[in-house]
Amino acid sequence: MEKKTLVTGVIGADVHAVGNRILAMALEEAGFNVVNLGVMVSQEEFIDAAVETNADAIVVSSLYGHGEIDCQGLRQKCDEAGLKGIVLLAGGNLVVGKQDFAEVEKRYLAMGFTRAYPPGTTVETTIHDLRELLGG
Amino acid sequence: MRYLAVDFGSTYTKVTAIDAGEAKILGTANAFTTIATDVMEGFNAARELLHAHMGGEFIYDKLLCCSSAAGGLAMVAVGLVPELTAKAAKMAAEGAGAKVLRTYSYELSAGEQDEIRAIRPDIVLLCGGTDGGNKEVILGNARLLAAIDRPFSIIAAGNKSASRELEEILRASGKRYVITKNVMPKFGVLDIQHAQNCIRDIFIERIIDAKGLSRVQAMTDRPIIPTPLAVLMGCELLSRGSKTTPGIGDFMAIDIGGATTDVYSMADGAPAQDNVLLKGLPEPYSKRTVEGDLGMRYSARFLLEAAGEENVAALAGVSPEEVTAWVEKCTANPETVAPENSTERRIDEALARSAIAVSVERHCGVMEKTFTAAGEMFILTGKDLTATGNVIGVGGVVKNSLKPRFILQGAMGTPQTMLRGAMMPERPGFMLDQRYIFSAMGLVSQVDPELALTIMKKEIQPLPEGTHGD
Repeated sequence: MEKKTLVTGVIGADVHAVGNRILAMALEEAGFNVVNLGVMVSQEEFIDAAVETNADAIVVSSLYGHGEIDCQGLRQKCDEAGLKGIVLLAGGNLVVGKQDFAEVEKRYLAMGFTRAYPPGTTVETTIHDLRELLGG
Repeated sequence: MRYLAVDFGSTYTKVTAIDAGEAKILGTANAFTTIATDVMEGFNAARELLHAHMGGEFIYDKLLCCSSAAGGLAMVAVGLVPELTAKAAKMAAEGAGAKVLRTYSYELSAGEQDEIRAIRPDIVLLCGGTDGGNKEVILGNARLLAAIDRPFSIIAAGNKSASRELEEILRASGKRYVITKNVMPKFGVLDIQHAQNCIRDIFIERIIDAKGLSRVQAMTDRPIIPTPLAVLMGCELLSRGSKTTPGIGDFMAIDIGGATTDVYSMADGAPAQDNVLLKGLPEPYSKRTVEGDLGMRYSARFLLEAAGEENVAALAGVSPEEVTAWVEKCTANPETVAPENSTERRIDEALARSAIAVSVERHCGVMEKTFTAAGEMFILTGKDLTATGNVIGVGGVVKNSLKPRFILQGAMGTPQTMLRGAMMPERPGFMLDQRYIFSAMGLVSQVDPELALTIMKKEIQPLPEGTHGD
């Protein structure tokens, strides 16, 4: 089975580097081909990297609370760039303050994300879901 | 050992006589390039002039040649994403001494296909996809290129997973082709050397003949290389030094021609300040860019458009109407020469300074300031050249001016360029390649780097401060 390619990174003006690096290492160890773009990644950079590497999924991290604004329109831009139906995951502290995650998840799914994850999600959960979604 | 270095330029054939024992240049001379009829005529005329100047015949042991005649090495770069493999392809081609006529990204349109047919490149560098990445676009573009009925060569340097199918498509095309290693094997990793070697090989094997240089090639055992590649080799040696002798460190060199302006930077371009996040493709230590729309004659109109006639007029101390009139005259008659101490000469100097300002700004990286939850941050894309030690003017316009310093100061950042985040030199020294020896020394560096370095250090001298134009 060919390795599945994931593009990872922290979106927007967010400089939280550590968690993203650990996530990238864990995903790599789990057998994925990981293209980690690091911190302060724009939507366009995620898309450019996914086009060039023919990625199977984009895994967006956001820790600083403004993820909801940063993530708006990413699905539509993916569609425009020819990345039709690409798996989009988002996780971290996706919104400001303590909100009911069921509501947050609903909003992210409405934005076109395949899955959204609350704070404290284990990396095993992400790996499990990615295998299920990508059939890897 | 005596060397004769020859540069077959688009207008002039320049010969340089070098004596290795004395480590000096014995003489230089120029004659018109005669590539349209027989290239030997111009070559012999230049040698006659050299002999007259030296007062006797110069017998050489080794002939070394480079050429940018008959349009130079004309290339088209094709990639997938504009900021990724398309940019990598352009960087590879420019670093190999080519003039990149156009850069394309994504699938070529029918219009772009026609355009490539019309501009008749010598070589197309076809890239796209990281290894294991996107295959469809490079394969589709290979088919579209194969269908163009022009005899250009194709170098494929993209996704290795596409190589088998590429081989089939390109073999069937009947064109000269070569498949080499990917210019971007992994995301954000550049590996342009292999593609560049292929460009050089095809230039030697096919293009020299096509440009009427085979008679010259038969006279020497060293391959003729593209002139910009020779300049690049000379620059790199002068900057980094040889195994035993240190170089002069970081610098930029600028060559303004009638049609194009070439900018070379020898520097790693690492940010000079802390708290900087690097974005975009890594760039090579020795980087060359060519601006096809910035030149003193053939492209003077575009240069004026990019620089703004008000700005050029203010620099020259004349009215915008006078500038426009002169530029129109120069575009219509590219051989126009401005008389010394004339208003036209002042306009030419202002145009040259503007060509440097625009081309250097395009060459340098850009720093953006952004605010994050963790405070102020800077993002650098491209090379930070603010700390560049020297700016070297190469031959031509700069050499012939009484105000070389004034022209070269165009390379320095201004309040306006700083607002745009351009990482241009802040306080460079200025130097002059008075006798246009970079290409000759690049050629010599292939056989005797120590000699080339010694001569360059002697010949390329700082412009004293307080000279005209300060």
